[in-house]
Amino acid sequence: MNELIIKNGIVFDPLNNIKDEKKDICIRDGKIVDDVKNPKILDVNGLLVFPGGVDGHSHIAGAKVNSGRLIRPEDGRRSLKPKTSITMPSSGYSVKNVFSEGYDYSIMGYTTVVEPAMPPLSAIHTHEELRDIPMLDKLSLTLFGFNWFVMGYVSRGEIDKLAAYVAWMLKRTRGYGIKIVNPGGGENWKWGKNVDSLDDQVIHFGVTPREILNDLMKVNEILDLPHPIHVHTNKLGQPGNYNITVDTMKLASGFETQRGREPLHITHVMFSSYGGENWKTFDSKADEIAREVNSNKFITVDVGQLMFGDTTTMTADGYLEFNLQKLTGFKWSNSDTELETGGGVTPVIYSPTVPVNVIQWAIGLEAALLINDPYQVWLTTDHPNGAPLTRYPEIISLLMSKEKREKEILQVNNAVNKRAILPSLDREYEWNEIAIITRAAQANSYQLRDKGHLGIGADADVTIFDIKPNEIDPSKDYDKVEKAFSAAKYTIKGGEIVVKDGQIVKVVSGKTYWTNAEFDEYYELIEDDLKDWFANYYTVNLDNYGVNDVYLTNPCMIRTNPTIGSRVRLA
Amino acid sequence: MIIKNVVCPFCGSLCDDLTVEVEGNEIKNVDNTCKLGYNKIVGYSHGRIEAPLIRDKEGLKEISYDKAIDEAAKILCNARRPLMYGWSSTTCEAIEKGIELAIKIGSLIDQTATVCHGPTTLGIQEEGKPSCTLGEVKNRADLVIYWGCNPFHAHPRHMGRYSTFTKGYFTNKGRKDRKIIVVDVRESDTSKVADIFLKIEPGSDYKIINALTSIIIGNGDILPEEIGGISKDRLEYIAGEMVNANFGIVFFGLGVTMTGVKDKNIGSLSRLVKELNRNTKFSLMPMRGHYNVSGAGNVFTWLTGFPYAIDLSRGYAYYNPGETTANDVLARKEVDAILVVASDPVAHFVNPSIRRLAEIPLIAIEPYTSATTELADLIIPVAISGIEADGTAYRMDEIPIRVKKFIDSKFKSDLEILTDIINRIDRYE
Ligand SMILES: [Zn+2]
Repeated sequence: MNELIIKNGIVFDPLNNIKDEKKDICIRDGKIVDDVKNPKILDVNGLLVFPGGVDGHSHIAGAKVNSGRLIRPEDGRRSLKPKTSITMPSSGYSVKNVFSEGYDYSIMGYTTVVEPAMPPLSAIHTHEELRDIPMLDKLSLTLFGFNWFVMGYVSRGEIDKLAAYVAWMLKRTRGYGIKIVNPGGGENWKWGKNVDSLDDQVIHFGVTPREILNDLMKVNEILDLPHPIHVHTNKLGQPGNYNITVDTMKLASGFETQRGREPLHITHVMFSSYGGENWKTFDSKADEIAREVNSNKFITVDVGQLMFGDTTTMTADGYLEFNLQKLTGFKWSNSDTELETGGGVTPVIYSPTVPVNVIQWAIGLEAALLINDPYQVWLTTDHPNGAPLTRYPEIISLLMSKEKREKEILQVNNAVNKRAILPSLDREYEWNEIAIITRAAQANSYQLRDKGHLGIGADADVTIFDIKPNEIDPSKDYDKVEKAFSAAKYTIKGGEIVVKDGQIVKVVSGKTYWTNAEFDEYYELIEDDLKDWFANYYTVNLDNYGVNDVYLTNPCMIRTNPTIGSRVRLA
Repeated sequence: MIIKNVVCPFCGSLCDDLTVEVEGNEIKNVDNTCKLGYNKIVGYSHGRIEAPLIRDKEGLKEISYDKAIDEAAKILCNARRPLMYGWSSTTCEAIEKGIELAIKIGSLIDQTATVCHGPTTLGIQEEGKPSCTLGEVKNRADLVIYWGCNPFHAHPRHMGRYSTFTKGYFTNKGRKDRKIIVVDVRESDTSKVADIFLKIEPGSDYKIINALTSIIIGNGDILPEEIGGISKDRLEYIAGEMVNANFGIVFFGLGVTMTGVKDKNIGSLSRLVKELNRNTKFSLMPMRGHYNVSGAGNVFTWLTGFPYAIDLSRGYAYYNPGETTANDVLARKEVDAILVVASDPVAHFVNPSIRRLAEIPLIAIEPYTSATTELADLIIPVAISGIEADGTAYRMDEIPIRVKKFIDSKFKSDLEILTDIINRIDRYE
């Protein structure tokens, strides 16, 4: 028996309604328990205690991330760190090697991270990298937004087959849920084009983004998937796109789900909250977006905060990356994937002197400050798109302190006063709200019952920060807040102390979650289509397609309860 | 027994539709394969090195496997500047293990891209890699350009399966739906099936690529009447074909990467493709040679941050092609021991490097006699990945496919041998 007690911490555990309470936490064999007999004692004497961090959207593994590393040796050469007696060498600032990704997250107190964009055809690659990332529990979302099977079934109204296909695909790719990037538009990009509204047609396929979104949202519910459809909106990154974002959000309005979570998640909403008609008239519409979120309980968003500096952008939205590259003139990679998806990568430098970048920076913060319910807005940078993951501590300090924001506003281009509303916002996040947007909200949205909280039975993933919440005022002591969140006093993963005083002290290998939504005769429903399309249009055989458990560290299958007519969960 | 959908462990096309007939533990026949794949698979058992060998004054003599692992561990531990080289014809799992070993002993590690598509990597690092999977080409491409490559011989099924003759979703008439252009310095069997053959002067790729870019961005008027042996009119016509294609692709080979200004050729090719995307859809793709050279680059990159030519002697990954590339560290006589896995550097390296290879302890993990094993001081025979061992390989378009094991071998795999060496070094430490 391996027991540990964390004594005298000031605990924030929002999912169990524990807020600012001096409370001991007992751990046995990797789980939170109600008491322990002969534990190792960790007296943290008034320090801040949170559940382990959960990042619901961070590009850490797979073809796009590796192509970012490949084209950016100059980024790789930043943050080079030698191996130690227990750790492997680190490289990279925005595109880190796999070891550095695990260590950096763990040092900040994160214990679970979601890779949000897995191309099915290269799913093995995503899982090979996930397998090699130490310290973290991992999930990945499979890309469906402009997949030919999906568009075919949607256009023919074959919702059962669509459900069967999604279930089959999640199993074949060991994916956790449905990711939709630029629905329909990605297929048009394969001809160098895009869509402009939810009702534009996808070339040749005769479907619209609206239909793809609606049907996949239905299927998500039919299959009882743990996570909402996770949507990167159409026209992302283009001035004036807030309209299509609000339209997309409204698709979920009134859509009831069986699970205690929303049906639709809009990801990195900063990039989808743009006003103006072009880059000259570009302004913030975070207020419009927040208004919709505040009145629509059926959606969650994550921020996708942008921070000034150099980073690497990467997405399955190839059109977006091409257009970004047209603005910057920087190097650019594209990766269209047959029948399924696409993607692009290009570096970017966000400058505090460039009006557009300053407004983008403001939009993310505005969204976080204007959305009332912290369960509806997770903290992300869309790593590395808005900023590398290591910038989280700075963002937390900005959310907790108006004074810090004012100081920053003085340093940046004046556009922030004219075309954004950040300077007028007074809200300051509290500790409990920080715990929600970095932990509880994500765990809830992914329905990871053992994550994001410290109740009995939860995984013993705990972060202790070197800061005493009752002795400091985060609105004034923002530097201390940033410092504390940069390097955890302790990170405890599965009951073991893995970080101490901001240093990795033990290297562990996490779990990999995936969702099994198989139902009676689901394969028979789509077998002929699969065989036909694989034989004629794919370049990889059906038999050689997909991932098996040899690629997963500690695989954890989540079983769902799909119901399709009389068909139910496969026994 | 008939085994279907076998993956061919020969070239970067990584065809995964082979049918292999196995009886007992012997291969009787292989279907759906090209000559190169056929010979590798059917002939897999000929000319194998049967036992670990060590060189002494009299020549090579047999030793036990255990002793061979011991010797390998000793050589690597005693070296002050070891190099680990090869990796393009083994599985990603073995490559990962190799990098683990390199990190452990603070070695240099390089892969065969260093002598083939290394300049492609450098060009991509300047300009990026607008590309796609081979199925995109199959389903969409109405313009296919082969530049400085001869798939007819080097990748015999490429044109049939992926890029020229195959029918796809939007190309259901196959060859008839596509225009084929070949750019090369000499006629080839590939150029014979092309609609247009541009026979260019050797070393003029850079000029011609940039001339095409100039025409496409509207600066054609500054060009001379003839470039690299091609008239301006003809280039304007080619540029027109490119712009008017619905979906174009340039496949390029060593004829572009290893001639003239090398990496600058590839950088400018990437820029040309970028410009074309303002008008239509265009991609490029290097014709990778060995079946998992693309995997080697990928594994190196996600583990260390860099694709080849890595020096781990400082404890972190130091990447500086030209300094840390295998030929450079050998020619400078820095390297004092080398481990070769799944490749034949003696057949491909430049003379100063080979001279150094002859001077230093050379460990070869190899199934067959090769130029490299002729120079080796220690040879550890190995199971052949993709026939006798399974694991992951990456096709030239970066698509991972699991290669199969369908024959039992008395030899250990690269992965197992490297694991044994690591464990033996652990015992010494
Ligand atoms: Zn993202």
